[in-house]
Amino acid sequence: MQNTYFVDGVRTPFGKAGEKGVYWNTRADDLVVKAMIGLLDRNQSVPKDAIDDVAIAATTQVGDQGLTIGRTAAILAGLPNTVPGFAVDRMCAGAMTAVTMTGSAIGIGAYDLVLAGGVEHMGRHPMGFDADPNPRFVAEKLVNPDALNMGNTAEKIHDRFPVLTKERADAYAVQSQKRAAAAYEENYIQQDLVSVSATTPEGLRVVDRDELLRPDSTVEGMKELKTPFRPSGRVTAGNASPLTDGATISLLAGDQAVKQYGLKPRMKMVTFAFAGVEPEIMGIGPIPATEKALKKAGLSISDIGIFEINEAFAVQVLSFLEHFKIADDDARVNAWGGAIAFGHPLASSGVRLMNQLSRQFEMRPDVRYGITTMCIGLGMGGTVIWENENYDGKKS
Amino acid sequence: MKIDHFSELWSNTDEVITHSYVQDVRLPSGKVLALITLDNNKDHTRPSTLGPLTLKEFSETLEAQEQRAKKGEIHALAVTGKPYFLAAGADLSKVGSIPSTRAGRLVVELGHFALGKLGNFTVPTFVFINGLALGGGLEIALNANYRTVNSAAPAIALPEVFLGLLPGWGGAYLLPNLIGIRNALKVVIENPLKQNRMLSPRDALKLGIADVMFDPQRFIEDSVVWADKVLSGKKVSRPNKPGLFERLVIWGPAVSIARKMVKQNIGSVPLAPYAALELLGEAKFSSKEQGFKREDEELEKLIASDQFRASIYAFNLVQKHAKNPQGAPDPKLAIKVQKVGVVGAGLMASQFALLFLRRLQVPVVITDVSQDRVDKGLAYCRAELDKLVDKGRLSVDDRNRYSANLSGTLDLNDFANCDWVIEAVFEELKVKHDVFSRVEAVVRPDAILATNTSSLSVNEIGKVLKNPERLVGFHFFNPVAVMPLVEVVKAAKSNDVSVATAMRVAKDLKKTAVITSDSTGFVVNRLLGYLLGEAMKAVDEGIPFEEVAEAIAPLGLPMNPFDLLELVGLQVGAHVLDSMYGFAPDRFYKTDSLHQLAKLGRIRTKDAKGNKTGYDPEAVKIVSGRTRTRTKDQVFEDLIVGLTKEIKLMLDEKVVSSAEDIDLCMIMGAAWPFHLGGITPYLDRIGASKKVFGVTFHNPMIKGI
Repeated sequence: MQNTYFVDGVRTPFGKAGEKGVYWNTRADDLVVKAMIGLLDRNQSVPKDAIDDVAIAATTQVGDQGLTIGRTAAILAGLPNTVPGFAVDRMCAGAMTAVTMTGSAIGIGAYDLVLAGGVEHMGRHPMGFDADPNPRFVAEKLVNPDALNMGNTAEKIHDRFPVLTKERADAYAVQSQKRAAAAYEENYIQQDLVSVSATTPEGLRVVDRDELLRPDSTVEGMKELKTPFRPSGRVTAGNASPLTDGATISLLAGDQAVKQYGLKPRMKMVTFAFAGVEPEIMGIGPIPATEKALKKAGLSISDIGIFEINEAFAVQVLSFLEHFKIADDDARVNAWGGAIAFGHPLASSGVRLMNQLSRQFEMRPDVRYGITTMCIGLGMGGTVIWENENYDGKKS
Repeated sequence: MKIDHFSELWSNTDEVITHSYVQDVRLPSGKVLALITLDNNKDHTRPSTLGPLTLKEFSETLEAQEQRAKKGEIHALAVTGKPYFLAAGADLSKVGSIPSTRAGRLVVELGHFALGKLGNFTVPTFVFINGLALGGGLEIALNANYRTVNSAAPAIALPEVFLGLLPGWGGAYLLPNLIGIRNALKVVIENPLKQNRMLSPRDALKLGIADVMFDPQRFIEDSVVWADKVLSGKKVSRPNKPGLFERLVIWGPAVSIARKMVKQNIGSVPLAPYAALELLGEAKFSSKEQGFKREDEELEKLIASDQFRASIYAFNLVQKHAKNPQGAPDPKLAIKVQKVGVVGAGLMASQFALLFLRRLQVPVVITDVSQDRVDKGLAYCRAELDKLVDKGRLSVDDRNRYSANLSGTLDLNDFANCDWVIEAVFEELKVKHDVFSRVEAVVRPDAILATNTSSLSVNEIGKVLKNPERLVGFHFFNPVAVMPLVEVVKAAKSNDVSVATAMRVAKDLKKTAVITSDSTGFVVNRLLGYLLGEAMKAVDEGIPFEEVAEAIAPLGLPMNPFDLLELVGLQVGAHVLDSMYGFAPDRFYKTDSLHQLAKLGRIRTKDAKGNKTGYDPEAVKIVSGRTRTRTKDQVFEDLIVGLTKEIKLMLDEKVVSSAEDIDLCMIMGAAWPFHLGGITPYLDRIGASKKVFGVTFHNPMIKGI
């Protein structure tokens, strides 16, 4: 048995999905390859042939996201043929699952070094595109038809918890944009972006910033937005994460490798949990997942000093905060903004959360524990509890 | 008897044949089960049905397997269906066009001939009820020795009586002998007469129709293993199978009670339930051969009957005609309704609000003359939503959603962004004018306005509007949530966008909409108004209530005219009569006695349980004092002639597009009986149309063989 560490992580800048997006002409597998090379470049002490496996997640595993993308990306990135790879899918928690599963394998000593990440080119592969759900879902009313439309699942959270109003969701969304903009000001985000050259109709562009940031968002402006999922609904393009293209990747290591290659890990995996809820209200998934993970770790919510929660929808974050009695504007939660600002390329987002958590850990030796958590389509949630390697034992 | 006996049925070649495919299944014990799959090779939109050629192939398949069984090649036989269906029974379009009584008899006999083989087979027979099993489909299962059922099968039923038939491929005999007479009465009589209610797989198991239930994931695999256990001696318990005590003591009285209930509920005009009751009664001690023979005889009669053809006509009206409304503009013209305004917060208006909330799932704002009334309306809607939650028919999430979508106001400016505004205020032109001119002042120029008026002219109401083309009539029936009809009134100025939107709204509300012209009473109130007027006229003439009710009984209405008056409200009834009289005093009847009855508040007397027992002496006093001049028969004759004239006039005036629309309205809006096809097929058959205007409403007439 050995400990599992998050050593380093990077991502491509996130782009707007669709024809007008900067990555419309860029392949999904190329995004992964660029991120992978970027990560390996800055971790020169790790011999490429020492990597035990490459786990890459994608929700829609067809076309340029098909063909066992972990293995094909490894080959395309120039890793030796001796390094194997595989593909992972747990919808939005794909990269998170790639990390937890390979991390567990490190724990039992099967692996020492792993690359784990995810990609989603939502422009080329809209969610659920070409899927063929079993007709039993409908015939036997196993799942509410609302469950297949994520916007409707978010509206349902508003239904269930009338206290979570549109006003709160809008205010939260604006806060996310402001915090992301502030983090950009401080260069906190850019340090882990790998720039990507992308062919566009206006010529080649080198992308080094997230494309979807809306730092000028205001609560007033939010009020005017359409509610596409329902007449007079509450979920808008403003208080939801946008459709996004992007890739992430992380380097995980066990004690053995950390020692052997002189690595400086930023955080240690304490434990993790995934949990299920009704598919038609998938956004509340982080609540039971977090409860479960805390219980396994023998910790309570008050032990957690930093939260990185994926902002698929503002209301879904609010349901989590409400449950744990945390204020909407608590500084511990998504201090550098979240998916509402950066975007949410489904299967890749888990590692973005880890990057941001690990960087905050570096700056906060007073904090011992943090979590990354996210909701997952078809009614799931996932939570990983991390321990700060820079923790100095002093309370701030 | 050989299969060739039925050869004259083979000539009908456009049957969609459900084939019988056979595969051998090796059982865990080493025995072999021959598994027949019924499959018409069409997708899930076309259920397997059982026509003559299907039955021929099924019968021949069973004969071939019988030979194998005799040689010891197979040890059991099972029948199942393509995904989601065992079989949906006989193909109604075919049964409805059987040309002769002989052909009808042959069809019934062929069913017995083919399906009956399952009950008399060399090795044990099973039916794995994998999906929908209706009518003849379920009778396949009843003829076999054992039955398993898929817990996900969508519906199981013997709906024959609903359509003027009876389960005559073994059902009427086999079912009571399998599950007991009281359960069989429920399946064969009670359910079909309750808007054709179906059984769930769990019900089928509990009643004893199925011996065991398995979940869908491995339904066939589990069924096969279970069959193997039965072959190896597993006891199958059937607690509902009738014993001697039931046969001697319970059976007869149970059938008698059921007969009384049927008579009380739907009268004695419909043939099918009584024929079915007869057979269920006889099944007590008769042999299977006798039972099947009696099914042949009785079903032959029903297939040839007027009532069956009328039922099929009515069934097609409701199932097909209603889905393609006549005279409807292009549905694409409809505007999208994203917010609804309801003017009025009384009971009717509150019911609208509730229905719009639940079915359209958009914000609904209500208004009335005082905050008190608005609050009452809101409280009613919220309380109704809570009741639905308590009954488990609405989730808390949806309750919260609808509740959040509901608001009340005294400020009409809150209607500004409504796409659809409907009023249910007092039936007085001045009041309507006031409402609509104020509403028009605040809403967008393209918002649609609808009136629920039942007696005023939509044209007249629209006169105060700057844009009268956006006004339509949208006439609901009480109780709003239950009654399936909406009359969409196309006034002279209503444009296509308004009518298309009204049709779309009706569809989203899951109502059947019929387009009518702006003519007093539209369809339902005009004909009911006539009928009730005639009933009151007879009473005023000194004919006792009972006798008037008896005189009208042949029309087969679900309730007598005085019960109906009480149901709609005596005051409302009097208002309808008055307004119809105002429309055409030479044809319609109005009477002060109905106003007096309304003041009294009742016509009927009731026992403690609320059952009607007789007529209130004070009500009788109000109408008594005259000496009658007409016999019962004359009352009926006058009524029939009058209804015929009125309908002919409505068609000439183009109130609706066709006689079919009239029948659809009366079936959906006034619960007129299926077995008479609503009203016009009946008027044709009894010669009223010929007598009144020389030809018939339908050509050819809708009648039996």
